[in-house]
Amino acid sequence: MSAIPADTGPASTGSASTAPETVGEDVLVRVENLVKYFPVRAGGLIRRTVGQVHAVDDVSLSIPRGKTLGLVGETGSGKSTLARCVAGLIPVSSGRVIFDGRDITNLSRGAMRPVRREIQMIFQDPYSSLNPRRRIGAIIGDPFAIHKTATGAERKRAVQELMERVGLNPEHYNRFPAEFSGGQRQRIGVARALALKPKLIICDEPVSALDVSIQAQVLNLLADLQRDYGLSYLFIAHDLEVVRHVSNSVAVMYLGRIGESGPIQPVYGSPRHPYTVALLSAAPAADPDAAAARQRIILTGDVPSPIDPPSGCRFHPRCPKAEAVCGQQEPQLEARAGDAATHLTACHFPVQAGENLAAAGRSEPA
Amino acid sequence: MSITGIEVAGQEIAAGEGALDASAAKIQGRSQWQLTWRRLRRDKVAMAALVVILIMVVLALAAPVFVSITHHPPNIAYPNTGEDAAGNPVGPGTAGFWLGTDGTGRDLFIRILYGARISLFVGFVTTAIGVVAGVTVGLMAGYFGGFIDTVLARFTDAVLAFPYVVLALALAVVLGPSLIVIIGVIAFFSWAAIARIVRGQTLSIKEKEYIEAARSLGAGPFRIMFLDILPNLLAPVLVLATLYIPTAVVFEATLSYLGLGIQPPTASWGNILADAQNFYQVAWWYVIFPAAALLITTLAFNLFGDGIRDAMDPRTERAFAAGRARRRRGKRQVLANDSQSHLSHAAPYVPPAEGS
Amino acid sequence: MQARPYSGRACIAVSVMLCNACRVSRILHRGCWAMGRRDALTLLEVTDLTVSFPTADGVVRAVRGVSFGVEAGRTLGIVGESGSGKTVLTQTLLGLTPGADVSGRALFDGTDLLTLTEDQLREIRGARIAVIFQDPLTSLHPLYKVGWQIAEMIRAHDKSVSKKQAHERATELLGRVGIPRPAQRVDDYPHQFSGGMRQRAMIAMALSLSPRMIIADEPTTALDATVQAQIIDLLLRLQQESHTALIMITHDLGVVADIADDVMVMYAGRAAEKAPKRDVFYAPHHPYTKGLLESIPSSSASGDRLRPIPGSPPSLINLPSGCKFHPRCGYVLDRCLTEEPGLRPVSQGGLHSSACWLPVQAAGLSEQAEELRAQTVREGRGEAAAEVFDAEIAGAEGSVAG
Repeated sequence: MSAIPADTGPASTGSASTAPETVGEDVLVRVENLVKYFPVRAGGLIRRTVGQVHAVDDVSLSIPRGKTLGLVGETGSGKSTLARCVAGLIPVSSGRVIFDGRDITNLSRGAMRPVRREIQMIFQDPYSSLNPRRRIGAIIGDPFAIHKTATGAERKRAVQELMERVGLNPEHYNRFPAEFSGGQRQRIGVARALALKPKLIICDEPVSALDVSIQAQVLNLLADLQRDYGLSYLFIAHDLEVVRHVSNSVAVMYLGRIGESGPIQPVYGSPRHPYTVALLSAAPAADPDAAAARQRIILTGDVPSPIDPPSGCRFHPRCPKAEAVCGQQEPQLEARAGDAATHLTACHFPVQAGENLAAAGRSEPA
Repeated sequence: MSITGIEVAGQEIAAGEGALDASAAKIQGRSQWQLTWRRLRRDKVAMAALVVILIMVVLALAAPVFVSITHHPPNIAYPNTGEDAAGNPVGPGTAGFWLGTDGTGRDLFIRILYGARISLFVGFVTTAIGVVAGVTVGLMAGYFGGFIDTVLARFTDAVLAFPYVVLALALAVVLGPSLIVIIGVIAFFSWAAIARIVRGQTLSIKEKEYIEAARSLGAGPFRIMFLDILPNLLAPVLVLATLYIPTAVVFEATLSYLGLGIQPPTASWGNILADAQNFYQVAWWYVIFPAAALLITTLAFNLFGDGIRDAMDPRTERAFAAGRARRRRGKRQVLANDSQSHLSHAAPYVPPAEGS
Repeated sequence: MQARPYSGRACIAVSVMLCNACRVSRILHRGCWAMGRRDALTLLEVTDLTVSFPTADGVVRAVRGVSFGVEAGRTLGIVGESGSGKTVLTQTLLGLTPGADVSGRALFDGTDLLTLTEDQLREIRGARIAVIFQDPLTSLHPLYKVGWQIAEMIRAHDKSVSKKQAHERATELLGRVGIPRPAQRVDDYPHQFSGGMRQRAMIAMALSLSPRMIIADEPTTALDATVQAQIIDLLLRLQQESHTALIMITHDLGVVADIADDVMVMYAGRAAEKAPKRDVFYAPHHPYTKGLLESIPSSSASGDRLRPIPGSPPSLINLPSGCKFHPRCGYVLDRCLTEEPGLRPVSQGGLHSSACWLPVQAAGLSEQAEELRAQTVREGRGEAAAEVFDAEIAGAEGSVAG
């Protein structure tokens, strides 16, 4: 296993930078000890910084070429911030993002421009990710215009080809986004992202806002495109079933850190982190008998604020298995005994096979 | 996922999932402008106002035609036919003066027409300058934020606080009163108000996802400002501009009235009125007609501007579409189509009352 | 509606009086009790509800003849996607759709909701039927304290309650819905609450007047999965405690599998299928229900292509002819193009009904059912239907209808 030395970054608290990759696999994106804090300003005339939002706190992961990494987490987990750091949309506080062998951390806008052709994003809300006052031909043609790769009739032809590829009628070139349904708008977003033949597409909850039957259409489209163009995806979602279906590997984030990561099969089959177990048990299943039989682990309380994260393991206030050490010492992200080398967990008391967390869980406050 | 209820409701109404099947061919390619025009056409008051404005413009442009008809150039006085024995102006209809004469026996109707030329010219030009300058400043302040915003915003505030009459007075003393001075003063004032509003709009549009998408594509700030943000600003800016024209017209009239603007003998509604106050007891027409012209013009622009604002607000369309017979309370209807998944439909706080 | 429970109770009283120890009277007693109980249970009975909106582009037929019933203590899950009419349906019940053309009947505890005046509806809203909306961020007024909002709700319906009493009740309710330290949180503003807490506060507000029925319109869709689990748990617990009827509107089949007793699947303004929960999930009859179940990721193996329903929901202005689902249906017959099927019972007890021309036995996911469907298609599909089917398949291969 090619381990990356865990000494990069000032805030490194020992979370090992081993990323979920297999030996010899071609890695497209590598994130090393990424930290992103947002300052919290207060005060009247002179605004001082009174605190930091620990949006992403020392995260390392990697995405192999042509594969999909799923990023799962709830509100406040930092997954969207992480995605935007990788895309270069927000500057990074510390750590590195390495894309295709090049360090693209905090590049200037000019230097970042050629990189932008290779990293694209698909956004969550199909209704606000397209400019309502522009025609979709112009929207999809934007990348060509910005990077000056095609003009005039050539651009129009390229745009119409893209529209066909994603399943839109090329004759609707001059329509406005308001004339399309949610699923179709999402396809427009996909076409726009595809225009410059990127290597990596970051999908920020691309199907969460769509109807169930349309979700499947868009997911199929994404899978087809990956197969045809060898795309890599960083797929962010909160729906575990969707992630399981589209991803090769997954990372579960909680309050800015990775709790568990690894290939789909071991993580979903034998989750080790109590948070992962709780997430899996909370995921609604369209199967009444399974739903009734399932031991639902109800976590107490809500996700704490990332401005003042708990000490030690961030999950410890809500964890059914927490003990004293959990509040004092940050657990390391490493493979546990009996697990594959790529299945990493950050927990002092990982869940063992056959263990019933619901029994250990505290009851909800009355 | 933070979408305000009003915005969401607006989106719902504008873009309900069910009605937008591509098979509904008649909804093809309708831009915002076409929809706005369609709604505007149904607003009778706005249409009437538009007609009045057009008439005014035509009359102003055709002023020389009227001169050739009446044979009374604007600045020529007719002491014999245009003044009575006491030297006072003659009333409407006498001796070929359609609306009577002014203090020195000049044709009032012709002078009003030429005054209209000045007023409309000043109105349109100053608004145009104000819009261009205001939008540019507002866009940059709103988009760049930080230091640029602070500087521009403070500058805008300072300009807004300026007493324009004092400025006009000062400039008139230094440069001599003229059309240029007036245009300069009015434009100087109007750009600031527009800039402030544009800045506010830019700040909110900047946060939208499609702007983020543009940045992720590698678009530079100027492209984003002028290609992505500006089209979304045009609607409020258009309303602002239409409502600013009458302000500029009144502004000009005021300055001319005070003697700081257009100087006699050149006709301007302002200086006509200034002279008229000396004759109001003997020549009611001298006051009434120019004042009426000013009033009608201002009113027409204001009503038209209101009409445009209503036509651009998609929510008002529902009220039109339902037909007056069906509207029981005249309130917004619930969106006809169902919500699209979970990012739509949010009902505002409604304790006992209706509404959604 | 009022007479029957009364006679039920009278029956009980008489039989009790006759002879308590007597076996016969005990049987009578139980019978009368059951009769009285059954009638008292059906809280809401909606018959043939139709809602249309006239718009500039045409008449939008949002709801087209929907009938259902909800009993006290039970949960009806209404499942549908965009354009199904599920939200308009419940909003119309509460008079929240001014300007709409409404017809049909909605008997709530004996009174027809559709004929009530605004004032009468105002009394019912909150007090007897409470609503929980989707996004608590915009459902709660941002400028007033949460406790104040709940207290105001209470006092609006009962002027005799003092401010202090209402405040105490609000605190008690917040505690009941699981908000920690309610005495402190009651004076907080909505933005100081997290998403899950806000939804709990909404539920507290909904409960404040002890309503007989709660309508929850996608209450958990904007929430994280773990918080969603908490809220569902809470709703179930509260329902058991107060025997409230619950209508849960959602597009998430998983939520329905968890919380519903009966399910109504809506499509294009009508009920496509109505059944108890287990029947809907394990023996679906209508191809739309079946398609929904098959299109969710968990029903396909990881790595396989998903099986979406091709096409998209129809425009409510230009509805297709015959069965509204036929352009997207894998089993379209000739008959489907011209005649719209009504709801027909599919099971013995009559509790499971489906609006489809496929034979009654073709329900479920078994091979036999599939074979039966295929056979029906062979027999019943002529050229017209075949064309529709081919167009749909071409559409399924990536392009979207239109």
